Amino acid sequence: MSTVLLLLITGLGLGALYFLVASGLSLIYGLMGVLNFAHGSFLTLGAFLGWEVARRMPDGSWLTFGVSILVGAVVGATVATLTELLLIRPLYLRHIEQVLVTVGLSLATVALFEGIWGVDPIYVVGPEWLNDTTDIAGALIPNDRFVLIAAAVIVLLGLVVFLKRTRYGLIIRAGVENRAMVTALGVDVRRAFTLVFAIGGAAAGIGGVLASHYFGYVSPLIGGSLLIFAFIVTVIGGLGSLTGAAIASVVVAVLQQFANFYLGGTGDFMVVALLAVVLLVKPTGLLGSKA
Amino acid sequence: MNAPDPILRVAGLSASIDGQQVVEQVDFEVPATGVTAVLGRNGVGKTSTLKAVLGLISRSGVVEFDGARIDGEPTHRIVQRGIGYVPEDREVFASLTVAENLRLAERGTTPNRGMVDELFPDLIARSAQRAGSLSGGQQQMLSLARVLMNDNRLLMVDEPTKGLAPRIVTEVAAALERAAAVTPVLLVEQNLPVVRRLAHTVVVIEGGRVIHAGPAAELLDDDERTQQLLGVHSTDHGAPRGGTDHGAPKGDTDRSAPTGADESREETP
Repeated sequence: MSTVLLLLITGLGLGALYFLVASGLSLIYGLMGVLNFAHGSFLTLGAFLGWEVARRMPDGSWLTFGVSILVGAVVGATVATLTELLLIRPLYLRHIEQVLVTVGLSLATVALFEGIWGVDPIYVVGPEWLNDTTDIAGALIPNDRFVLIAAAVIVLLGLVVFLKRTRYGLIIRAGVENRAMVTALGVDVRRAFTLVFAIGGAAAGIGGVLASHYFGYVSPLIGGSLLIFAFIVTVIGGLGSLTGAAIASVVVAVLQQFANFYLGGTGDFMVVALLAVVLLVKPTGLLGSKA
Repeated sequence: MNAPDPILRVAGLSASIDGQQVVEQVDFEVPATGVTAVLGRNGVGKTSTLKAVLGLISRSGVVEFDGARIDGEPTHRIVQRGIGYVPEDREVFASLTVAENLRLAERGTTPNRGMVDELFPDLIARSAQRAGSLSGGQQQMLSLARVLMNDNRLLMVDEPTKGLAPRIVTEVAAALERAAAVTPVLLVEQNLPVVRRLAHTVVVIEGGRVIHAGPAAELLDDDERTQQLLGVHSTDHGAPRGGTDHGAPKGDTDRSAPTGADESREETP
């Protein structure tokens, strides 16, 4: 029982990380039709600059931890905004070129990060409590899982409130459904594009800092490795569906954890198998309307 | 006395979709009052002409709105100049509520709710309902209501009675008539009785080109000419004929004017 609980909560924690990356990916694709392969770079840069700020502050304090998350969010949002304005917008509606640009940016930034910070992992230090465990029904759960889950829930709730309660949220929801009709109502949808990139980048930046604490290190490849699963989550959840991304994040991560433990380390294989099944049975994903 | 300047002037307008020419060197004007109907057989480029005016598809040529060139502007800016667009097939946002669809369409800080409340009380009562769950007629009302929220200087309405039951066709025509009393309308319509009721001027398109333009009554009173240009008799209210569906039912819903039969039937969403 304690093993099941440990796997479940660890899966939820990993799912929280997937969601922080996938939420932006899903909204960006849903609204703009752009598969953003540079999303992992937003995450990585957020993690590196979060660590850079944190190492200049008192080790292991909650303030340091909080500031590094804030830095990750700001860096992610800023870089994503610049990417949209400088690289994506000039290629408006040219989806293949947009994808190629994001692939190129992803490769170039990894090389840049390796040039600046080296190829070896850099170990990060967080508040002591994150390294402790909490006993729940006999299962010793690492505390960082709770932080990850809490962060993802806060981001999810924030996004839901934003999408439901604000005019830009309304524009984004409508644009995911029918972008051309939104412009035909006199709405400049390009501003929503920039905003969606910024929000996605902020979530990825937060995910980057939290991922560095979850894995215990930051490296130039940390974003790319998470991005693969985030893409899978996005497709399984349904492109453009935030709720779908949230559900799929949990399903994928929990399946991964259980398969790794009970089925001889086949977690990644099972996730890909699940992706294949979803694409065969429901190509639009769990809650998506676009194949 | 000089005629007032047209609200919309189109000259040499050509448009393509995925590299295929769908509108070719079209010229026409829309007077600053009344309803101008764009007619033509299926697939001749009527909808594409409207989309080309709005910049929703790739186009070239001159488009002037109220004397100003708009053919180089993006769609949202053209609409902001005061053009309301009601697309073919309604294109309401299915996942949004009725109220959200209307709120999204608000352009100014003081939306013109008066006419919408008056014309579509049933719609207002369904504010919290998802637009995707509305009937086809209600969705058409919503699509119309979205443009009536704003003080437009031209309405472009594409096949508003398509697929609707006779009773709903009458309601839509009445709403359009009311709107046209204050705003000029460029109307694409297959239902000739509706055209006869609403339009003052007609433009007939064939093969992406304008082949006739003139007063609506003059064309529709000439049955032979109507038959020649549109492939239907101007008096047709019922059965489909040949390669067009003017004034004819399509699919499982009746788009003709009320004939007394089956008026209670509801349209499909």
